[in-house]
Amino acid sequence: MKPFLEVKNLSVSFPTQDGLVKASNDISFTVARGETLAIVGESGSGKSVTSLAVMGLHNRNAADISGEAILNLETGPIDTISASPEVVRKLRGKSMAMIFQDPMSALHPYYSIGDQIAEAWGLYNKGSKSDGIKRAVEMLDLVGIPEAAKRVKEFPHQFSGGMRQRVMIAMALVNNPSLLIADEPTTALDVTVQSQILKLLKDMQQEFNMAVILITHDLGVVAEVADRACVMYAGKIVEQSAIDDIYYTPDHPYTIGLLNSIPRVDQLEGKRLLAIPGQPPSLISLPRGCAFRGRCTFSRLVPNNRCATEVPNLDEKIKGHFSRCHLTEAQLTVARTSVGSRV
Amino acid sequence: MTEPILKLVGLKKHFESTSGGFFNKKKGVVKAVDGIDLEILPGQTVGLVGESGCGKTTAGRTVLKLYEPTEGQIIFQGEDITHLSRKRMKPLRAQMQMIFQDPFASLNPRQTVGTLIGATFDIQGITPPGGVKKEVERLMERVGLNPEHVNRYPHEFSGGQRQRIGVARAIALKPKLIVADEPVSALDVSIQAQVVNLLDDLQEEFGLSYLFVAHDLSVVQHISDRVIVMYLGKVMEEADKKDLFMSPRHPYTKALLSAVPVPDPIKGRKRERIILVGDLPSPMNPPAGCVFNTRCWKVQDKCRTEIPALQQIAPNHRLACHFPEPAA
Amino acid sequence: MFKFIAKRLTATVIVITLVSISVFLIFAILPMDPARLTCGKGCSVPVIEANRHRLGLDVPVQVQYGRFVKGLFVGRTYGQGQAKIECGAPAFGYSFNKHECVTTLIAEAFPVTFSLAVGAFILWLLLGVSLGVLAARRQGKWPDRASTVFVLVGISLPTFISGLLIYLLALRLNLINPIESGRWVSPFTNPIGWVKNFYLPWITLALAFAATYTRFTRSNVIETSSEDYIRTARAKGLSEKVILRKHTLRAALAPIVTIAGLDFAGLLGGAIITEQIFNLPGLGRLSLRAVLIDYDLPVIVSTTILAATFVVVMNLIVDILYAYIDPRVRVG
Repeated sequence: MKPFLEVKNLSVSFPTQDGLVKASNDISFTVARGETLAIVGESGSGKSVTSLAVMGLHNRNAADISGEAILNLETGPIDTISASPEVVRKLRGKSMAMIFQDPMSALHPYYSIGDQIAEAWGLYNKGSKSDGIKRAVEMLDLVGIPEAAKRVKEFPHQFSGGMRQRVMIAMALVNNPSLLIADEPTTALDVTVQSQILKLLKDMQQEFNMAVILITHDLGVVAEVADRACVMYAGKIVEQSAIDDIYYTPDHPYTIGLLNSIPRVDQLEGKRLLAIPGQPPSLISLPRGCAFRGRCTFSRLVPNNRCATEVPNLDEKIKGHFSRCHLTEAQLTVARTSVGSRV
Repeated sequence: MTEPILKLVGLKKHFESTSGGFFNKKKGVVKAVDGIDLEILPGQTVGLVGESGCGKTTAGRTVLKLYEPTEGQIIFQGEDITHLSRKRMKPLRAQMQMIFQDPFASLNPRQTVGTLIGATFDIQGITPPGGVKKEVERLMERVGLNPEHVNRYPHEFSGGQRQRIGVARAIALKPKLIVADEPVSALDVSIQAQVVNLLDDLQEEFGLSYLFVAHDLSVVQHISDRVIVMYLGKVMEEADKKDLFMSPRHPYTKALLSAVPVPDPIKGRKRERIILVGDLPSPMNPPAGCVFNTRCWKVQDKCRTEIPALQQIAPNHRLACHFPEPAA
Repeated sequence: MFKFIAKRLTATVIVITLVSISVFLIFAILPMDPARLTCGKGCSVPVIEANRHRLGLDVPVQVQYGRFVKGLFVGRTYGQGQAKIECGAPAFGYSFNKHECVTTLIAEAFPVTFSLAVGAFILWLLLGVSLGVLAARRQGKWPDRASTVFVLVGISLPTFISGLLIYLLALRLNLINPIESGRWVSPFTNPIGWVKNFYLPWITLALAFAATYTRFTRSNVIETSSEDYIRTARAKGLSEKVILRKHTLRAALAPIVTIAGLDFAGLLGGAIITEQIFNLPGLGRLSLRAVLIDYDLPVIVSTTILAATFVVVMNLIVDILYAYIDPRVRVG
């Protein structure tokens, strides 16, 4: 059976006065039902841009989008990039749903929680408004909001951040979507609330057998919930594989650098952090060759200055493990254990 | 024993809040900081952690007297500064500096980096040897900025660079104490490490003391020597880093630590996870007894009525809990 | 909610009282003597004093105020015997120039001003909001540019210019009969005549106000469109039409309630220039004549207090409306 979502060579760029911003470039991945794919990257790496393109949420006048994002529905495949806006709109909320980073601002301040969930339900179901509210109470109950029947009448400002994110999840899932895109769902939340929400997402995924795309910058969160991960840098996927391989045998110097640079609450050695030097390139004038070259400690190991002249392909170096790097597997093994630079 | 740079004794900061209209004013008191004791030794870093609304930021600002303390004492280098006037505080301000979370918001967008860093000297009326311009360039170089960019404006720098400007400004007068309020939480992961390392280096070089206020336990763990865990204005637990992270005794500390995701999938799957129920109560209306009792999984009747005192349970380890976890 | 309204009502009464006291004080301090003005040149002192007594101005200002307030509730009697004049409650005073109770004068003028205000209000809201929404939806395209021109012209043309232009144009096209135009026609007895009488002043006023509302609506709609909750609405699968109508406009137009309410209240006190140009016997013209020609103190005081009351009361209504629209404002 085909995975539910197949993204192929998806590119999104925005023409601006300063030039073309290549926000995401040649992105391909798949997500199956019941599976969680994490898209990891720092700000400006293109992780949100990619998922908004899949959802058809970019303003088509402001963005140049190419490639495919195919939803394999029971009724047949639909490419959300080439399909008409009206067709894509009718997939939103029903076949694919999305939740956002800031639950504080993502709910309409003037409508009650119940109204907002019932509105989403009413789009794809026949029934009166009170049926919709009844359904909203069920959903709120499911996502763990106490006294759902009472709180359904309340307004977003009467809920805490964590509770609002639960409301967002309830609203996204009310039509039983097959794909849920969660864009930094816990970044704005406190750590104890974060673990509640992550657990809720896991439970909901099982309950609804959903494909989940988790967009985050937090490698800890990824390790916790994802089955597979794509690491993005400067608009491109630089590494993609099953989750354990990303952490134990990372195959790209950027991933290696990221893992080395984060302090860990479970390791008490007061070692100096191994920071990645420099900063990401501008998306308007990407360097020739590998975009990470300027910050990479290992590019000198690659002969003929290939990193500066040739964009590396996303190669499958080991089965199921892709990386966009000119280094050989033997060199990468050395890189993983090397101390690297201490900036 | 060495004299601490900073000593807080029962420091409290309460805010009065008024609600309601013209005719009936309801007064409420938010006990943002409700009794902190702490000592920071020269060259030491004390981390202040907790979730939003726990009072850590207020505590940091009260230490620098950006807020007038409600109660308690602030002793800086042996001198009680709790009730010093603005004027008498001014020379001391050179000794105690602050680094803010949002480097962009804390830098005047209409001033060049050179002016911004140089202003610290003007305010104190100090002329560094070799002149202000030279010193500013030296500082920029020291924090990893290109001194040629001295005439650029804050918006021409990236987030990480702006935080370096903030650091340069803070160290310009060679202070003894720096209060760093979430200095890396607005930065990308790869940039965070650069700034953390910079802070580490500067500490070593100048013998600085840090009060490091942050919500990210991983960063606090990395940078601190001692750690204080706060919840709703109260100190829950305070210990040396190793004790606190290896054998947390307060249920809240334990839950907090277990909630931090670890970038290690196999370990993560095996980890015991304590998921706290519910949300933080409103600081306007904190629970009676132990403030943590509404979310604590070990709660008993006593916790709902009796406030646990912060007690010494081991050398350098203090705890406020009726039913602590066993030592590991 | 009830408590909120009760509280605001009390505040409103206090404000109106304070306003009326200040108005009284201001006119007491002014160096003009209404008693002298009542009888042309060469008036003898006894006559002036007699008039002063008749006008009720021979007592201290606080007593005058007391009589005024009392008159509002129980009515007022002037003079004695043959010359006795009674004004029923609510009595605002008696105009010796017009030989009429002020309440009667106001009752005659108010329907004119109210008709003018209501019609113009509806017109400028419709025009301003729809133009603003259109400009926001077609940002940077020709409807947006056209609306910018409209806004510029509307804001920079004062009503006495635009009003005069419209009036002259209408005369040219024989749309107005200058002799008949000033007569009050009730919308209940002659709706067509009413509209005929008012449509030109409506357009004049609406043009001036619609420009501000266009600009305001445009920027609010654009701002709201980039809110996170609009993206959420889109992610839910709502159509653009529903998003605009239900989600964007609800939030974008809420602040308009405030300024619209106050603008409307301001007009109820009299649209002086427009009424003057189109020869409409409304409150604006009543006060203008009282100030400039007759120095008719009871009329001036009454219309001023009335205008202030409109603003204060409308403010209360706006606040209540706003609490109804925005749940965050509702106090628990």
